[in-house]
Amino acid sequence: MAENGIGANVRRKEDHRFLTGKGNYTDDLNVAGQTHAYFVRSPHAHATINSVDTSAAAAAEGVVAVLTGDDLAADGIGPLICGVNVTSDDGEPHRAPVHSALAQGKVNYVGDHVAVVIAETLAQAKDAAEKVEVDYGILPAVTATASAADEGQQQIHDVAPNNICYNWPFGDKEAVDAAFESAHKISSLDLINNRMVTNAMEPRAAVGEYNSGTEEITLHLTTQNPHVHRLVMSAFNQLAPEHKLRVVGPDVGGGFGVKIFVYAEELVVGWACRKVNRPVKWTSDRTEAFLADAHGRDHVAHAEMALDENGKFLAMRVNTTANLGAYLSTFATMVPSYLYAFLLAGQYSTPLIYSEVKAVFTNTAPVDACRGAGRPEATFLLERLVDVCAEDMGLDPAEIRRRNFIPVDAFPYQTPVVQCYDSGDYNAALDKALALADYDGFAGRAEEAKSRGKRRGIGLSSYVEACGIAPSQAVGQLGAGVGLWESAQVRFNPTGNVQVFTGTHSHGQGHETTFAQLVTEQLGVPIENIEVIHGDTAKTQFGMGTYGSRSLAVGGVAIAKACEKLIEKGKKIAAHALEAAEGDIEFADGNFIVAGTDKAMNIAEVAFNAYVPHSYPEGLEPGFDENAFFDPMNFSFPAGTHICEVEVDPDTGEVEIVKYSAVDDFGKLINPMIVEGQVHGGIVHGVGQALLEGCQYDTDGQLVTASYMDYAMPRADNVPSFDVDYAPTNPPHNPLGVKGCGEAGAIGAPPAVINAITNALGIKHIDMPATPENVWRAAQSAG
Amino acid sequence: MLTVSMKVNEQAVSGEVEDRTLLVEFLRENLRLTGTHVGCDTSQCGACVVHVDGASVKSCTMLAVQADGCDVTTIEGLTNGAELHPMQQAFKDNHGLQCGFCTPGMVMSAIDIVNRNGSGVDEATVRKELEGNICRCTGYHNIVKAVQAGAKNMGG
Amino acid sequence: MYNFSYQKVTSVDDAVEAMQKADDGKFVAGGQTMLPTMKHRLASPSDVIDLGGIEDLKGICMDGDAISIGAMTTHAEVAASSDVQSAIPALAKLAGNIGDPAVRNRGTIGGSIANNDPAADYPAAVIALGATVKTNKREIAGDEFFTGMFETALEEDELITSISFPKTEAAAYMKFENPASRYAIVGVFVAKSGDEVKVVVTGATACEHRGMRL
Repeated sequence: MAENGIGANVRRKEDHRFLTGKGNYTDDLNVAGQTHAYFVRSPHAHATINSVDTSAAAAAEGVVAVLTGDDLAADGIGPLICGVNVTSDDGEPHRAPVHSALAQGKVNYVGDHVAVVIAETLAQAKDAAEKVEVDYGILPAVTATASAADEGQQQIHDVAPNNICYNWPFGDKEAVDAAFESAHKISSLDLINNRMVTNAMEPRAAVGEYNSGTEEITLHLTTQNPHVHRLVMSAFNQLAPEHKLRVVGPDVGGGFGVKIFVYAEELVVGWACRKVNRPVKWTSDRTEAFLADAHGRDHVAHAEMALDENGKFLAMRVNTTANLGAYLSTFATMVPSYLYAFLLAGQYSTPLIYSEVKAVFTNTAPVDACRGAGRPEATFLLERLVDVCAEDMGLDPAEIRRRNFIPVDAFPYQTPVVQCYDSGDYNAALDKALALADYDGFAGRAEEAKSRGKRRGIGLSSYVEACGIAPSQAVGQLGAGVGLWESAQVRFNPTGNVQVFTGTHSHGQGHETTFAQLVTEQLGVPIENIEVIHGDTAKTQFGMGTYGSRSLAVGGVAIAKACEKLIEKGKKIAAHALEAAEGDIEFADGNFIVAGTDKAMNIAEVAFNAYVPHSYPEGLEPGFDENAFFDPMNFSFPAGTHICEVEVDPDTGEVEIVKYSAVDDFGKLINPMIVEGQVHGGIVHGVGQALLEGCQYDTDGQLVTASYMDYAMPRADNVPSFDVDYAPTNPPHNPLGVKGCGEAGAIGAPPAVINAITNALGIKHIDMPATPENVWRAAQSAG
Repeated sequence: MLTVSMKVNEQAVSGEVEDRTLLVEFLRENLRLTGTHVGCDTSQCGACVVHVDGASVKSCTMLAVQADGCDVTTIEGLTNGAELHPMQQAFKDNHGLQCGFCTPGMVMSAIDIVNRNGSGVDEATVRKELEGNICRCTGYHNIVKAVQAGAKNMGG
Repeated sequence: MYNFSYQKVTSVDDAVEAMQKADDGKFVAGGQTMLPTMKHRLASPSDVIDLGGIEDLKGICMDGDAISIGAMTTHAEVAASSDVQSAIPALAKLAGNIGDPAVRNRGTIGGSIANNDPAADYPAAVIALGATVKTNKREIAGDEFFTGMFETALEEDELITSISFPKTEAAAYMKFENPASRYAIVGVFVAKSGDEVKVVVTGATACEHRGMRL
């Protein structure tokens, strides 16, 4: 292993700038001549816009322009799009209402964009925004997920009768129904998956600049995927041709999905900077983030499992209603469909699964991917249902899981829901987790807690997820509008240091370090001589960005492939310089060596020769700079078992997590320190969903939880420290043997926490968030 | 407009502000010290924590003019070279940061915690005293480790 | 935030005079509630009169059998005061659990009491301990000070100068926090002096919290 190479806990290269206040986030950027944008947002959940009078605002001090949806339409700026098709049960594509970046005639949620005020200062823009007079015709609002498609409901969009975006059945209903007919036992569960506000700590922001000389727009954005932003804004919104639009995602303060999407504010800033021919800056405040960031999850589901007399799962039936909000966000349609139903097998060999998903529109903020995206919903439903099955069958939760796990010798394993798992050893992870959690000692601890008036519970969650989001062919067949490969360029400079260009984007994951470790391992260049560059369409080749735990599993492999090309080329250059046959050249630890001799040449010297090719192989191109693209054959399938132990105070309903153990299979770890940090963060995101976070609209469509005063974010004193370990298996289709780790905690944790609470209280179910009030009520009714 | 003067990171500074200008706005926009961040508007996230006359405050909940004559330290003032402050070093060593956005406020709060609780500050105290700093990335595990390690490094 | 005219004063008399001259003036103490409210444009005073420069309003001193806390004394100062810790430890503990450390370094006892947030902690202590609220005009019994949600007996140009807490035999305060805001959903202050035990509840109701003698 190279020093600082694969497996080393290298301290992060990016940390110095973040720790000294030298990070470069979008809002840190000020441009000469800059103006400030502030959006006039709908205070109503559902209303017609009868008129907008901007005259008083336009005349206010410092105002440069006040723009509305009419101006946007007049300039031919296209509506925001959703990039994934889901075919509804009538054979038609999902219903997609027009989503103008500034409302045209109607608003559909509180926070919807009505107009933008551009002024010399932000304070002036805010002052003037209050002078925009909008005459609304208020309509009844639809907010509840379960009843959104009921007969007689208020209609939101003409194109979507009964507020249905799609009905999407999947699986062999007849076979599943038949299995239920003959089952020994049927276990069932009704549950909700609570709505989350993603809450990356850096609010969204955009700075747009237009150069009238080159006719180029430069947009600095809080984005997880600059090229996707550029592609969508060019091809679908007609903002500017791709070669005249530069998108930069500088340091980004957390993503978790919420910065994947192309938002109204971003498109408007890009358009407005050209319209007013001045730089335009917009930064969301936290209240706006609550109102208008895409939210996550929000399902209501009914799930049933058919079991035989040994507790083997025979078939599963799931009916889900998913709230997509007022409009379709960029990837909204795929989250409760392909990213959800295709994970319903979990770690189990359930042979038959049938799922129906009804996706509905409501007068709430658009809902899209949030850390895990679809997979936490599937996992919560399945892992809760498995615990209900265990109770119904009188089996220990660990035992029923074991009886139904896909055995280690069954891989690759074709599930009944599309996914073919490539590798896994679910018993290994479970065993290790049970040991880590001292599962056997739980009964004693529960007794001891009882003597203090507390109730202790332990909960398991054995999850699997599909990530490393790629296989272009697979996602294309499913309806994605783009490919999902990744790209890399590895460039030596003449002096021997290396610049690595990746199409992924780091917003906390530490790519600058992990990717440099890959390169130092492979090329033997000292890590301090390697710089990873990402996030700027003017610097890097086209790439797809970062989401779905894909950066290392897809982007990392592209880097490794580019390194391989450099080694191959280097052998030719070294052979020429060392006067040896190319076939005799070996490469190790940064040196090209003539096999069996002490003749050698460092890769830095080879790079120099490539740029100063005074004596050089005939016909070989100069330069030492290679590109590679990687499109894997399959998703990757991280899996693991998380075990949560809680202590519930039945008098107050307070839940304390007293121990949390996680054993995950992420394949090979490049930087274990960084991986563990991802696991911690994911777990707390999941704990937040399970115990604290619940986004609430009232029946008028007002967001009740619109600030940290009302929306409970997990804090340091809500959680303990964690015990984390690994049970890796090797994914055969991934050349680096890696799987992806960014979402696992958020997927595994919610059912582990809730299973622990139901175990403590001896109840069948409690919905998330299990707030003290909900837990107290449950404890009272359970006696 | 008002003129305010104060010491920021040991340098005397002054600038023109509106009466309503917040301290964080003065730091970020007038002085271009953009290490201090704004993550919420209800004084809860702590991304804006700086020290005013040696005590931690939320610079989004203090007017610039209220800091007139004060001694302000921001994240940029903890170190004046390549060498990190012991708390910054502890955050790096313990992977106590990911996206870096909450980090400046975390570090400033952490130093304040050590100043008040000493180098042997225990985990429960650290967790309790970080309640005004929200992080979405780390799950706090490594932040807490970093604060305790930093406390030891700071001595005293 | 709407703009306003900021005025820094160094004496109580100057503060009152500034208030009398203002169209719609507001005193600001620590500002930890007032500034967020103004940032959300939910308050728009014409003048903000900053009491932070009035030295007379700061500090803690023993006053016979009572402890007197200046209105502009911060929560952190009350929590750290050895006088408060020894005379009424429950009060020091209460102060040390308001908000978070950075908020406690700015927020003041006078500001908290004058604001009378129904979920605030200090009002429970003021009533349970039988404190006296001293203003530039008069002394008001703790029992009579809080009149409604965000309402007090204070007049427009009246400001709290100090609060005097009589020593107590035994006292304790516990609260159940809102998981998001960390304000008290309900807080209970219990104080015993002589044969009397007072139990005062904060949160839970709009304001008329408070008070039950056992």
